[in-house]
Formats: sequence, C-alpha cells, structure tokens
Amino acid sequence: MVVVMMIMMVMAMVSEANMIEQTCKETPDFNLCVSLLDSDPRGSSADTSGLALILVDKIKGLATKTLKEINSLYKKRPELKQALDECSRRYNTILKADVPEAIEAISKGVPKFGEDGVIDAGVEAAVCEGEFKGKSPLTSLTKSMQKVSNVARAIVRMLL
Amino acid sequence: MASSESLLPVSSQQDPLSDSRCDSIPESRRRRPIKVHLAIYSGFLLIALYVTLIITHGGSAPKNDVNDDTTVESRARLAGVSEKSNDHIWNLSNDLKGEAFAWNNTVLSWQRTAFHFQPEKNWMNDPNGPLFYKGWYHFFYQYNPNAAVWGDIVWGHAVSKDLIHWLYLPFAMVPDQWYDANGVWTGSATFLDDGSIVMLYTGSTDKFVQVQNLAYPEDPKDPLLLKWTKFSGNPVLVPPPGIGAKDFRDPTTAWKTSDGKWRITIGSKINRTGISLIYDTTDFKTYEKHETLLHQVPNTGMWECVDFYPVSKTKDKGLDTSVNGLDVKHIIKASMDDTRIDHYAIGTYYDSNATWVPDNPSIDVGISTGLRYDYGKFYASKTFYDQHKGRRILWGWIGESDSEAADVQKGWSSVQGIPRTVALDTKTGKNLVQWPVKEIESLRLGRKKFHMKVEPGTVVPVDVGPAAQLDIEAEFKIKKDDLEVVFGDDSVEDDKEFSCETSGGATVRGALGPFGFSVLADQSLSEQTQVYFYVTKGKDSKLKTFFCTDTSRSTMANDVVKPVYGSFVPVLKGEKLTMRILVDHSIIEGFGQGGRTCITSRVYPTKAIYGATRLFLFNNAIDATITASFKVWQMNSAFIHPFSANDLGVPSST
Repeated sequence: MVVVMMIMMVMAMVSEANMIEQTCKETPDFNLCVSLLDSDPRGSSADTSGLALILVDKIKGLATKTLKEINSLYKKRPELKQALDECSRRYNTILKADVPEAIEAISKGVPKFGEDGVIDAGVEAAVCEGEFKGKSPLTSLTKSMQKVSNVARAIVRMLL
Repeated sequence: MASSESLLPVSSQQDPLSDSRCDSIPESRRRRPIKVHLAIYSGFLLIALYVTLIITHGGSAPKNDVNDDTTVESRARLAGVSEKSNDHIWNLSNDLKGEAFAWNNTVLSWQRTAFHFQPEKNWMNDPNGPLFYKGWYHFFYQYNPNAAVWGDIVWGHAVSKDLIHWLYLPFAMVPDQWYDANGVWTGSATFLDDGSIVMLYTGSTDKFVQVQNLAYPEDPKDPLLLKWTKFSGNPVLVPPPGIGAKDFRDPTTAWKTSDGKWRITIGSKINRTGISLIYDTTDFKTYEKHETLLHQVPNTGMWECVDFYPVSKTKDKGLDTSVNGLDVKHIIKASMDDTRIDHYAIGTYYDSNATWVPDNPSIDVGISTGLRYDYGKFYASKTFYDQHKGRRILWGWIGESDSEAADVQKGWSSVQGIPRTVALDTKTGKNLVQWPVKEIESLRLGRKKFHMKVEPGTVVPVDVGPAAQLDIEAEFKIKKDDLEVVFGDDSVEDDKEFSCETSGGATVRGALGPFGFSVLADQSLSEQTQVYFYVTKGKDSKLKTFFCTDTSRSTMANDVVKPVYGSFVPVLKGEKLTMRILVDHSIIEGFGQGGRTCITSRVYPTKAIYGATRLFLFNNAIDATITASFKVWQMNSAFIHPFSANDLGVPSST
C-alpha cells in the first residue's frame, strides 16, 4: 500500500511539474510563469483554465499592491498628482473591469473576453508608466504588470 | 497500479494464504536485509518514472486541450496569422509610443454615434435573433446591464420600422433558470410554417456547461414581442459525446430539409479543427444529431456564430433560409475565436446527407487568406431573411479599439454596423456583395456634388460643413495617359506583395496610388483616417486594386489600436473605381466597388472633433492624376430612444 502511494506521489510530482512547465514553455517568460504558478497552491492540480485563473489572480494582487503604492505617493510626491490620478483611474480599471471580466470569461469558456481583460491590464499599466514621462516612481510595478499580462495572455490563448 | 504490481518480484508479494496478514509480520519478512528493500524501492521508483514518462508524452492530457506535438506545429502555422492579427491589437513590446492622452468627458462624449445602433450605456456584443414580425424589425443583442465590459449577459431588445430608427424595449431574456444562470447567450430565430416564431439560444448553465434552449413569444399577438417564454423542458440540446462542455454555442436559424424536417447547425471544435455539427428536429424540442458534420476545416480553431444560408446565383434578391435548388449556392460563415475574424465561403449544399462542399477549398471557411465580410473590426455577424422586402440582411458587432479604462470612463462599449443587404456578386460569382440598407438614405440632409482633378501628391480640402456625420459616394478615374505610361514603363516595378495591412499605410506612395479621402481630419491633418484605393501593376501588367483604411494617424492618443485594414477588391473591365463611406463619429464604414470589399474601423480623434472635423480628398500617387466625382450628404441622427406610446403612431418610411 505504501509502495503504491509512493509510486502515485512520484508520478503526480513529475506530471504536475510537467504540466506547469509544458504550459509555461509556450509563454514569453518561462521563469516568471513557473514562479507564479509553482508558488500558488492551486497550481499543482489546475488545468489550463485553472492556470489562467491563477494568473488573473496575480494580476489582481499586483493591481491592488500598485494602487496602495499610488495612494502613498500622493503625500510623498504631491507634484505628481496629475499622473497619479491617471494611474489611479487605470489601475482601478484593472481591478474593477479587467479582472472580473477575465474571471467570468475564462470560467464560462469564452476565453476571448478573458484575453481582452488580461491584455488590457498590460495596456493600463503602460499608460500609467507613460504618464511620468520617464521619471516614474512605479516602474518596477508597471513593468511587472506588463510581464504578467503577457504570460497570462499566452495561457488564455491556449484555451481558444 | 495493477500493472506495476505484477512486475514485482514474487518473493515480496504477501502470500494470500498466509494467516498472519493482519496481525503480525511474518518472520520471513522481518529478516529481509536492507539491501533488498532498497533494491525493491528503487525498482518502484524506476517503474514510476517510466510510467509517468509514457503518460506525459503519450498525447494531450484530457484536462487541457493543447500541448501535443501536432498542436504545437499547427499553432505555429496559425500563429503567423493569429499573432499578426493580434499584434495589431497591442504592441507586444508593451512600451506605448507617443503621447498619453488624458481622456476627458468632452472628447469621450463626441465618440457616441448618431445613427448606429448602440444601447444607452454599458457593454454590447453579438447580434441575436434578428427578425421581421407584424410590421416591426426586431433586434436582440448580448448586453451587460452592469458594466462597460463583457459579463452578466442578458438579451437586450429594440424594434424599428426601418432598420435605422430604433426604439429601446425592456430586456427580452435574463438568466433566471438553472440552464442559463451564467449567461443568456447568442441565438437565432426561425419562422415555422404557421408564421409563429421559435428562438434557439445558448445558455451557460449553473455548472458552466453550454447548452441550447428553446424560447418563444409569450403573446404572439403582441407586435412588440415584449415577453418571451422559455420552454419548460430546457435544455433541448447538451454537448454531445466528444464535444467540450464549453465548445457548444450559437445555434443557427433552422431550414427545411427535403423530407420536411427542420435542420440546424452549431459550431464547435475538435482539437484545432473548426467544425459545424448538424441536428434535425420536427418540433424544436427533440433532435437527432447527424454522425457527419456539415463541414470542418483543420487548424481554424473554434467556430463561433456559425451562419448558413442560400444565395441566388442570378438574382440580387435575398432568399428564405429554406430555399434550395439549381439557381442556388450556399454560404457557410463562421466567427473564428482564434483571430476574431468572420470568414465565409461559397459552396454547394447536399441536403440528402447534410454536407457542404466549398467551391474553392484553398479559401475554405476560416483560412486566413479566405474571404471576409469585412476587413476591419467586424465580428459575430448574423444574417436573417427579411420577408418584408425580400432581402437578406447582415448584422455585425463592432467592438471598441480603445482601452477599457476609456470605455469605463465614457460608460459604454461597442456599436452595431449599419444593417447591410448581402447577396452573391452575380458578376464575379466568387464573392458576396454588401451594401447599407436603402433606408439609411432617409437620414441624408442636403447634398453637395464635387468634381475634382487631383494631381499627384496633393491634398484638397472638401468643404461640406460639419464632417462627423457623412455619407460619401465617389467615383475615381485614373488619367488614361498616366495609365499608359505606367503600363509601358518597365522601370515601374510590379508591386509585388502589396497588402494594405503590411505596406505602410496611406503615406507610402506608389505609381498609381494611394488616393481617396481623409475623413475625421483636423485642419492641419495632424489627425486623419484615410480611406483609399491603391492600384498596383501586377503580374502580366494587369492592374490589381486594393481598398484600404489607414487608422494609424487617426488620433494622437497612444492607448488606442490603430491598424491599417483592407484587401484586394475585384474591378471588372469597364468599371470605374467606386467607394462609399459612412462617417459617424467614432465609426467609419467603407464599401469598395459596390460592396465587394468592406472595411469597418473605430477611431478616437482628440482634435478632429466637434467643429474641428474636416474632410479632405488626397492623391498620394507618384505618377497618376486622379479625377474624383463624388457626392457628400450630411447625415441626420437616428434619434434612437426608449419606446414610448407616441412611437406607436409612427408611420413606416417605406
């Protein structure tokens, strides 16, 4: 019995790793993809849909984190108010429009609207970054969003 | 597990006859040396790894639908198309070039169209169940009552006497049953022999399965068809064996078979092959599925919104969906989920075995170089037979090309194209022609006629007054001498491989083009959208004409998609070059050569708005002088509004 369980565990471990790896190979950023999926407890048993939803969740978390940072910058860098306002609007779109749209679309099997949502997350991040005309205090966060968006998009496209 | 156990060395198997199994460890096992244990466990490990290797490399796992070798290869081939068509959606390198534009309400509110159908607010997508009944054209549509992005989908509803002046009605159907709890999705209407209506539509169930449901008007005496009853026995169709639970949607209008049954088709996919399933029914409640498919095309992906209908080979008129016969060809159209392109092909339908064969398999349904209704932004389209005027009408969903933040800020997303008549091009026999319904002419106000000769490299302002709501009909002639020069001149190279999308747009000059109109332009032409012909000298010195729309300079905003769209357009001997353009704020519909090639685009100018919008005529050719004869009408608003009692007295503008 123990022997059987061992065999199953080994097989499961090897094939999980394989599923995430095989999926991530088809994305533009293998390492980022693997690190996002491996670190999530749902990653080990997810199908492609599930992996896509995990990435949408990462987009959501990153957007929340970025909004917190934007809010803290209002006091620290009051001269950036206009740009911060635009970034606020853009990142609120990610949280309130892109993420719910992507979750609903991927869960219900109309992935093209999920693709729209994750692509747009990258666009909104790029627009926010551009607001600072090269002197952005948010660069690492916006670049992250663009990268996660690209990986998420590649996985959503596998569902089409 | 059984297989690995059978490979175990016999001595390690527990003796089934041993009566010490449950209580104590048999003496023989206690004394087994560690070395043997290690050998046994590493043996299991090797077996486990071997078995795992077999399973993971033996083909696609059932849970996901990609990642076997064939799939990767065909995605690579398809990727050339899908990546290209999605690259023009957003620059994949992510850094936005140019200025960010801070959208404000003034600029955004200008974008709303004056005479295209759109709800008062929020998101819309696919046209559903269009039909004509008791004096009214009905239009239903996928709608999100809660946001300016897709989601929470219900059936919106509107009516019109003339396909132009629409009146909003209450929602026709909402997700109030388990079988459509997660979405009342796309469907089509069929008229039964007694004139009654049945509606088939896709529901997303409470468990996210895509099923087909039947609905019908609650009160057939109500010309407004306000209320709809869902059949108590829904769903009438569930995904059949071998078809994914989420790959089964968008049932078509039914047509009569020669044995008097009704037949429908539903798009799906098997791996990467797009397919169209066939079902027969007598009562729309129970169905027989055919073993064979209406049609399938490898490497095209999921087929959404399949449409299937007859066209006359000889006459301009439309045909009822059930018509068949010698004078008839059949069209299969599908919306390609992968590329967001609507493709169609012309072929022959065999009623006896419910199959269809394309006239030209090299441009079969969904092939990237195949025919499209529209070479711009146009998806999920659907036709219906208008028995009132004997024509087939095409609806198409026109999404936005801007960011979702802008959609959220302006509070809406998407419009419908102007309904078009669609028929076979009886002159070429190889393509359909589309044309805005004649009723749109009722919006024309005041007309200006122009006749202009335009030298190479010239832009001419066209004085029409306000220029955001226009109907333009134009004819172009290339000066004969210039043509002869170009033909005879060996130094004028054949324009190899010209394509609207990849040849750089309207500023790239050729011997015989581009020439056409700059619409939604500002006085300094810092923003403009060019709709134009590009004539090339092809192989054997034959002229080849392209019809394109260049949106790359349509706005200075950089968070908007700005592609160049277009395609080859057939021009027959003796024909002049003609184009028609409908301009309506953020949408432009262009029709080349009587509707042989159509291009719809969405543009979002920041300067060329309100009183600053202008119209220009341009000729960017190097060698050819162009003569343009054209008419420009101002277009009135269609004043689309909620239905009220006053609207009952409206006479139809036949």
